[in-house]
Amino acid sequence: MHRYANPTRFLKIARVVTPIVALLGMALTAAGLWIGLFASPPDYQQGESVRIMYVHVPAAWLGAGGYMSLAIASATALIWRHPLATIAARAIAPAGAAFTAICLISGSLWGKPTWGTYWVWDARLTSMLILLFLYLGYLALSASEAEKGGEARASSILALVGVINLPIIKYSVEWWNTLHQGSSISVVNASSKIAPALLTPLLLSVAGFSFLFAAIVLMRMRAMLAQQRVDARSRRMAEALA
Amino acid sequence: MKAKHQRLWLVVGALTALGGAGVLAFSTLGEKATYFYAPSDLAKGPAPTDAIRLGGMVEKGSIQRDGETIRFVVTDMAKTVPVTYTGILPDLFREGQGVIAEGKIDPATGRFTAETILAKHDEKYMPPEVAGAMKKTGAVSTGG
Repeated sequence: MHRYANPTRFLKIARVVTPIVALLGMALTAAGLWIGLFASPPDYQQGESVRIMYVHVPAAWLGAGGYMSLAIASATALIWRHPLATIAARAIAPAGAAFTAICLISGSLWGKPTWGTYWVWDARLTSMLILLFLYLGYLALSASEAEKGGEARASSILALVGVINLPIIKYSVEWWNTLHQGSSISVVNASSKIAPALLTPLLLSVAGFSFLFAAIVLMRMRAMLAQQRVDARSRRMAEALA
Repeated sequence: MKAKHQRLWLVVGALTALGGAGVLAFSTLGEKATYFYAPSDLAKGPAPTDAIRLGGMVEKGSIQRDGETIRFVVTDMAKTVPVTYTGILPDLFREGQGVIAEGKIDPATGRFTAETILAKHDEKYMPPEVAGAMKKTGAVSTGG
């Protein structure tokens, strides 16, 4: 792991990988959304509003998955004190927050025609809103830590504490009665309660969104590393001039 | 090397403690975090007097319309509760589909008077043709 955690080596690899990941993400997202929005049948109960799913579900998975990677990066930063881990965590957080917000907004727009309400305080919706607040708290705390130039210790601890919310989001629809429906796709049983015609665009857009997420994180990490170099160079120049 | 291991165990220990605290907190929270009660939950204890949410399926053939007012029966396949509601229904309100009613239960008659009706969607998604074919073979109930 340390082999790839060297910032110079990371930049070398990221320069090649980033455009590939970004193009894959755009192609898969375009295919998934095109099939989902135009070339797939409506649902037998919801009609056309089922199409919101092709944005809502990938956004939800990446909001939660992004938080898991934020926590792993934060744990690495706390334990191994690796500078690249802190940069990865700070690169992931805004992307994860954005996807969580997309999930909440698209879900709300789906809820009105389907359930008859934009919002209810059931366990799934509430725990997803808490995920957004965790991201926002992390962003605020890490921004103030970055400003002071110190280690990202408090924000890393916050990220780790928030992990407890992830199983709550996942199992909220099983542990409690909720307005939100249960899971349609099970990784364990490799089974799905979604018909193939609707599942294909969903899986395509999940893959596409995931690659886009990775591309955003790589781009942000490269920009942050470049910024660090600029800062270091201008410091050296200021010292040489003084 | 030593400090690194110390930090590793500190993080593992802290997360374990946090997980334990979470399990304790949520086992106490238990039923209170539930969004609605099923008819069987209501049958267990005395009828609650304050406003609650009742959830279940709209029993087939139970819908009676009388102008703006609608009467139907909510079932969880074990117990049933009769419901009265006046107002606009969500599009997905159908026989054989999930529903959540907010309102009060009359302790004398056991009839539930709803202030709000929400339709609950299940986790199955399919095109209408597939649903039609499955209805013919009896594999799925499509309600209305």
